[in-house]
Amino acid sequence: MATDTTTIYIYRGDASGGEERPYLVEISPGMVILDAIHYIQANDAPDLAVRWNCKAAHCGSCSAEINGHPRLLCKTRLDDYLATDTPVHVRPMKTFPIIRDLVTDVSWNYRMAKRIPPFHPAHPAPFTLDQRDVARIQEFRRCIECFLCQDICHVIRDHDAKDAYMGPRFMAKLAELEMHPMDTENRIPFVRNDAGLGWCNVTHCCSEVCPEGIEITGNAIIPLKERLADQFWDPVRRIFRRSSLTDVGQHEPKDS
Amino acid sequence: MAQSPSREKSQLKPKSETAWWLAPNLTLVVFSLFVLYSAWEVLTHNVGRYQNYLSPYFSPDVGLWLGVPFLPAVLVAWIPLGFRASCYYYRREYYRGFFRDPAACGIHDRSKRYQGETRAPLSWNNLHRFFLYLALVVVVFLWKDAVDGFWYQGHLEVGLGSLILLLDAILLSFYTFSCHAFRHLVGGNIDCFSCQSGGRSRYRWWRTISTLNQRHGLFAWTSMFMVWGTDLYIRLLLSGVIHDVKFF
Repeated sequence: MATDTTTIYIYRGDASGGEERPYLVEISPGMVILDAIHYIQANDAPDLAVRWNCKAAHCGSCSAEINGHPRLLCKTRLDDYLATDTPVHVRPMKTFPIIRDLVTDVSWNYRMAKRIPPFHPAHPAPFTLDQRDVARIQEFRRCIECFLCQDICHVIRDHDAKDAYMGPRFMAKLAELEMHPMDTENRIPFVRNDAGLGWCNVTHCCSEVCPEGIEITGNAIIPLKERLADQFWDPVRRIFRRSSLTDVGQHEPKDS
Repeated sequence: MAQSPSREKSQLKPKSETAWWLAPNLTLVVFSLFVLYSAWEVLTHNVGRYQNYLSPYFSPDVGLWLGVPFLPAVLVAWIPLGFRASCYYYRREYYRGFFRDPAACGIHDRSKRYQGETRAPLSWNNLHRFFLYLALVVVVFLWKDAVDGFWYQGHLEVGLGSLILLLDAILLSFYTFSCHAFRHLVGGNIDCFSCQSGGRSRYRWWRTISTLNQRHGLFAWTSMFMVWGTDLYIRLLLSGVIHDVKFF
């Protein structure tokens, strides 16, 4: 019985340059793109560099671009493309510097993470928390740090504004900390001045590519923009805040 | 640090978005037509009332209250138009459709002087909540207009116009109350629902508004077409092109 095969085009190169090369892959049922890459490594190109770990969409290591669209290699089925006769082109993430082949240097993200003011609770853990108060921030804790949202964000991707804007991943992180019921730190001036929230024009691409389905724009970025408006654009609420009519009864008041 | 060679403009279209150009161009055309129609309606007409039907562009009837006979819609139409222009959903749509910042996800953004919303006039979008406050007042009057649409010369009367005004008020209410700024005011600004008085009910309201908020884009489009259609219906009645269909 003849074996079904397909050709996959994979970017091969490093910082000095490179090109896409075609590889013939034997198709097996349920194959994901990462399986195809492992097949190529085993049969044609043992030196093909790809970063991967869990193969279960939990570690966020195998981020790349398939036909120009940021995706996890382990979560993208080959038969989705075969069904529509679409050739498969796999390239490294465009936003980050290439190391080799499909591996990019994402260390900029870790440097950004270090700049975020850490969790500053009203009193040391353990806490007793109501589920209603933490349901909202639990969504952000699903993040696997694949950085696909950073890759698709046009502010970083096309304008290379890495000095001005931290990107959607860290907006979600900032929202998670800012909305935590036990946190006392006011990060909104940081969000505005250091994290560069104003650079985001809410085009929702980060939410569209998130493999964990985190609604980054709607639940993190826009709420942060509203909190920023509370503090910097709304004199009415500023008066009310002085009268302690908002955020009354927090575990510990913000700005204390 | 070396840049990825893949930083060159991608020639490849995303698999699921081969017709990526369709949505931004459709937005461009429809929004442009809506803005042109609104400008024509607001800037060239002194009357927006036909019997007991009042066009949403002219509501509330501030011109009548202040005795302004010329272009009374100018006095109020800036509120719903400003509310829509600063709306988070519309921002996404016009940044994609008009500014091409970007036209679609993963499509190269050609803008050379992109500053996001850090500078005026786009930073003025942060004033969205003030338009919301005013839009909430307008919604009250739209409901009054919808009720008035069923009463003509002291009698209950149901015409096609009555139903159109009612649907207009319903859709505009959904659009206004599903707004991100309203969601924030209802409960988004609270970190700890359980530790403040009324927190339980605010949490329930916040959840409800959050559910509506997921359909904000749908309400944005449908309410826009409804305003457009309502006004056009009343304008055609005023000009005598059509006659209102009375059911009873």
